[in-house]
Amino acid sequence: MTVWALFAAVFLACTVEAVEATTIVLAAGTSRDWRSALVGVAAAIVVLAVAVVALGPAIGVLPIQSLRLFVGGFLLVFGLQWLRKAVLRAGGYKALHDEDEIFRKQLAEAPAASTRSLGVVADWYAFTLSFKGVLLEGLEVVFIVLTFGSNERNIPIAGIAALAAIAVVACAGALLRAPLARVPENALKFAVGTLLTSFGMFWGAEGAGAQWPGSDAALLAIIPLTVLLAIGLVAALRLARQRSVSLVAVGASERSEAVQQ
Amino acid sequence: MTPKLRAFGAFWYDFLIGDDWRVAIGVVLALAATAAVSRTKVSSWWITPAAVALLLGMTVWRATRRRSRT
Repeated sequence: MTVWALFAAVFLACTVEAVEATTIVLAAGTSRDWRSALVGVAAAIVVLAVAVVALGPAIGVLPIQSLRLFVGGFLLVFGLQWLRKAVLRAGGYKALHDEDEIFRKQLAEAPAASTRSLGVVADWYAFTLSFKGVLLEGLEVVFIVLTFGSNERNIPIAGIAALAAIAVVACAGALLRAPLARVPENALKFAVGTLLTSFGMFWGAEGAGAQWPGSDAALLAIIPLTVLLAIGLVAALRLARQRSVSLVAVGASERSEAVQQ
Repeated sequence: MTPKLRAFGAFWYDFLIGDDWRVAIGVVLALAATAAVSRTKVSSWWITPAAVALLLGMTVWRATRRRSRT
């Protein structure tokens, strides 16, 4: 895997997480108190940094074969979860992730919450909202950085890609002061789910002792085939949905004809 | 304390396992089968991709069946 492929995979995955975290921080800052929301962001970053410092070297000590098996397995489960959701959304069986809707919901709930201050935090609600949002989405970023980075023995590049994604999304959010609703989030999740599943398959099987035909070049076949599988499932879901809609319409028209007769 | 512990456990379960535990079990079984076949002279690289195709198809199918029933 080249440095650029590692960078691109981590950058894409972390962009999705950063968009979700930015929406929550924007809602907390706009509706309540910017300072408390930003202190929440800083506190979450400190916790995440501690997790990276604690887990990073520990992962690096593992032998590469076991590392690939465990990390590949986790990536595969994680990637299949993402891909499942993306396929269901694209097939019309699950509502699309709507950052505007999430932002509006957070804004509506915020004024009703109590205003409590604690130490340097003027608004505890804004602090906790953005702390939780950044911590939960950030944990996924840490997971992606450590798994991709440790497998390629290049955690710094994975870290730089994650920081670049966060910086781009945070700057866009700060400039717009609005949720990044125009980001094609489902398409991104589809791409990220495909990448996580493909790398999970590759590393997991390699860690289990399999020899891929063509070694690293096998990824050039695994990724497009995973995309094709997911697109095929979306097409099948859309077809099934269209059929069930037409069956319901035919049934309704037959019933109304029977009533008229 | 118990509700907090339960919430902590639920968070990690959702984070690592997700909506369908069968996928996680399937992945473990596929990797175990790959490891077992790798010890023989038979090629084993195809097991994980085949399992992924099967698992993704099955989990999506289960989700659509559940949604069309509700």
